[in-house]
Amino acid sequence: MAYIDPHIHMVSRTTDDYRRMAQAGCVAITEPAFWAGFDRSSPAGFYDYFRQLTDVEPKRAAQYGIAHYCWLCINPKEAEDPAFAREVMKLIPEFLDKPNVLGIGEIGLNKNSRNELIILEEQIELAKQHDRLILVHTPHLEDKLKGTRMTMDALINAGIDPGRVLIDHVEEHTVAEVLDRGFWAGMTLYPDSKCTPQRAVDIIECYGNERIWINSAGDWGPSDPLSVPKCHVEMRRRGHNQKLVEKISLKNPLAFLGQSGRFILPEHS
Amino acid sequence: MPQPSCPLTSQQVVDIYFMEHRAKLLDVAAFLDRLERAEGHEGLQDVRVRALKKAIPLLLDSNCENHANRTQRMLELLSDHTTEPTPAAHTQSALGADPNTQY
Repeated sequence: MAYIDPHIHMVSRTTDDYRRMAQAGCVAITEPAFWAGFDRSSPAGFYDYFRQLTDVEPKRAAQYGIAHYCWLCINPKEAEDPAFAREVMKLIPEFLDKPNVLGIGEIGLNKNSRNELIILEEQIELAKQHDRLILVHTPHLEDKLKGTRMTMDALINAGIDPGRVLIDHVEEHTVAEVLDRGFWAGMTLYPDSKCTPQRAVDIIECYGNERIWINSAGDWGPSDPLSVPKCHVEMRRRGHNQKLVEKISLKNPLAFLGQSGRFILPEHS
Repeated sequence: MPQPSCPLTSQQVVDIYFMEHRAKLLDVAAFLDRLERAEGHEGLQDVRVRALKKAIPLLLDSNCENHANRTQRMLELLSDHTTEPTPAAHTQSALGADPNTQY
């Protein structure tokens, strides 16, 4: 079945992963800008990263018939130094008109600090000025509940339409509030943290299939670029029908990402 | 919100998932055994271990019966419930349990 993995960090993956994903039915991905596992020593490091996201990765993905889109930002782990973060943010407008850039992301909070919040608010403003979609990273583990609420408050206070924001990495203690406040919700399928495929299907059974998607967020850590099709297997194993699988991994991503005016599935282009 | 539903019968849930979760439960038991067998006592007082031991009884908490929200309650137990921004981020990583909660 054709599917979209709407959050994966292919800069950290091999070309063989593109091949395996294509074989499993992946037709499009979106890649948010993130923490590389180390702090970059200068804004120039981000400049090259943005070039990689807007020029190199689309070509690598195209070799396997996968459409590649991306999101740009400074991630919250490197946002504790506002002066540094602002230097990186100055680079973003130059790239926003590249054809595969969908919006600003993955912005958000990490340790829920004052400086992280200031930079989050400034990046929300950047998205607002350019009328772009927003993809939100929510914090890890014990910091997720508080950080998700702080982020949603910042977005609402800025006057952002929640229907144009995807709040990612939701779990059982955050999903209801995210959906109740009108945002889109993303579930990340990880082996040790966030959601397993089984728990993601539990959440769909409990909270419904509207404004929600699944993603692998495959990166340099413990993660699996094929976790999305594995979650489809989990849905079918329980007796859910193909319509649900398509809703979660094709129709919903298409509905949210289509708001960018740029996202087109390969077979529709 | 829709009514929570799973297409499987409860017997099918047991038949499909029992072995997987039997193994996971044994892993938790083995982790606690390993911890007590290991040299030194500081690990036994680690906030993560104290939080885990506080979470385990939720599996059998009668308040969870018929509500099926054990996962949500465990995640809430392990979360920071303050509302003000942290003054500064002194680390980039998270522990898995709130270091400022008395578990």
